[in-house]
Amino acid sequence: MDILYLLVPLSVILVFFILGGLWWAIYRGQFEDVESEGERILKDS
Amino acid sequence: MIFPNSLATTYNDKVVRQFAIMTVVWGVVGMLVGVIIAAQLAWPELNLGIPWLTYGRLRPLHTNAVIFAFGGCGLFTSAYYIAQRTCQVRLFSDKLAAFTFWGWQLVILAAAVSLPLGFSQGKEYAELEWPIDILITLVWVSFAIVFFGTIGTRKVRHIYVANWFLGAMIIAVALLHLVNSAAIPAGYMKSYSAYAGVQDAMVQWWYGHNAVGFFLTAGFLGMMYYFVPKQAQRPVYSYRLSIVHFWALIFTYMWAGPHHLHYTALPDWTQSVGMVFSLILLAPSWGGMINGIMTLSGAWHKLRDDPILRFLIVSLSFYGMSTFEGPMMSIKTVNALSHYTDWTIGHVHSGALGWVGLVTMGSMYYLIPRLFGQKQMFSVKAIEVHFWTATIGIVIYIAAMWIAGVMQGLMWRAINTDGTLTYTFVESVKATFPFYVLRLSGGLLYLIGMLIMLWNVIKTATTGRSVTVTIPAAVAHA
Repeated sequence: MDILYLLVPLSVILVFFILGGLWWAIYRGQFEDVESEGERILKDS
Repeated sequence: MIFPNSLATTYNDKVVRQFAIMTVVWGVVGMLVGVIIAAQLAWPELNLGIPWLTYGRLRPLHTNAVIFAFGGCGLFTSAYYIAQRTCQVRLFSDKLAAFTFWGWQLVILAAAVSLPLGFSQGKEYAELEWPIDILITLVWVSFAIVFFGTIGTRKVRHIYVANWFLGAMIIAVALLHLVNSAAIPAGYMKSYSAYAGVQDAMVQWWYGHNAVGFFLTAGFLGMMYYFVPKQAQRPVYSYRLSIVHFWALIFTYMWAGPHHLHYTALPDWTQSVGMVFSLILLAPSWGGMINGIMTLSGAWHKLRDDPILRFLIVSLSFYGMSTFEGPMMSIKTVNALSHYTDWTIGHVHSGALGWVGLVTMGSMYYLIPRLFGQKQMFSVKAIEVHFWTATIGIVIYIAAMWIAGVMQGLMWRAINTDGTLTYTFVESVKATFPFYVLRLSGGLLYLIGMLIMLWNVIKTATTGRSVTVTIPAAVAHA
């Protein structure tokens, strides 16, 4: 199962990217006022 | 740095319109091929002895057409529309967006020609040969540039949750395609996989299941999180839950693939890892399903007279059903009965016809009149008829396949007291015949619904006209 030496690191790297995305979203204020964001899309046309 | 798209005063809806129309057209084509091969399973002579029309060649054409042509065009449509509307900015590049449209249509045409001719890499959902794979890569990278460029130049500070799902879909599909389609060319339409034996099987199902997870789930969830609130005229039930849904789903999806390889040469522990991750997936999936359906909380009466909403909500019910069924089937003892039977086909179609199909149709019914300057579709009555033909079709289809699948599983494992098999394989095929005919009738109903939709879309497009929508000038959170 040598393929796991490719797939597992690939998944780990991907998880780090996802963590980076989550980190970015949290600390750049993406989730500051979430409930009003759900309502905003109702106004676009 | 100022990009030209952020100065534009109108949205680019041309490419959205093109993709929306082709979604419906390819839907009809893909489902027609599905009906043909369903008939071939009941009556094999229907391939007329012509190699191009044999089941083995038409089956990948069916799957590619419904997943990548119908589903893919639906995803392009939604991604381009949702990103522009929620970011309040024009698409990042008109030229690249046009390239993704024509490039994707070319990929589909190449598939429609090469698969019946017998060119195939032999990998499920990744059959297309290497030159087409390269074109897919180019189109997909352009898609990523257009989509993330649009997000990056947004005029609204918050990135709406639908965009996260669509963005994750784009990145994951790029990675999956690149790893799984790695091959050594041996001629201009012939190649050998870069992996061998069980390694290849593992890569294939790592790809295969994540194609289900990211292409057919995450992407369409993005569609759901935008079009369900829009059509219901209510914000999603819990925006917080939608964020948890997103992160939980993408953190856990990657390792469900090995459940496709239970009781094979794949090491036992890898199979068990796949099973455990599949079971974990039930939680975020149901969280999302409940979140979508509960958006109607306090406004259930809307279901009574809004057929579009019915498409969307029933699609979520099928999403809930198939994301419950999937984890159950990934349990090794259940899989021992279900694997290689038509139960799997039933499960796939409860997801494909029920979830992916209905959510796409509902979204297109919302979108298409707006793209052509109309208040609603040409015939609302026809949407209603489509809804019922499609829903009844799905129920017949999956019920037939469930019964057939469990029956096959039981017949194959039945053993006489002296240890010999009770049934020969062909006896199970014979016993399946009535269910194949039933399945064909379910699929036929579903196709008829799609034809009604095509008629309705043509009528809507020809009575309306292509409209250009101005981007609202004042933006709250600029």
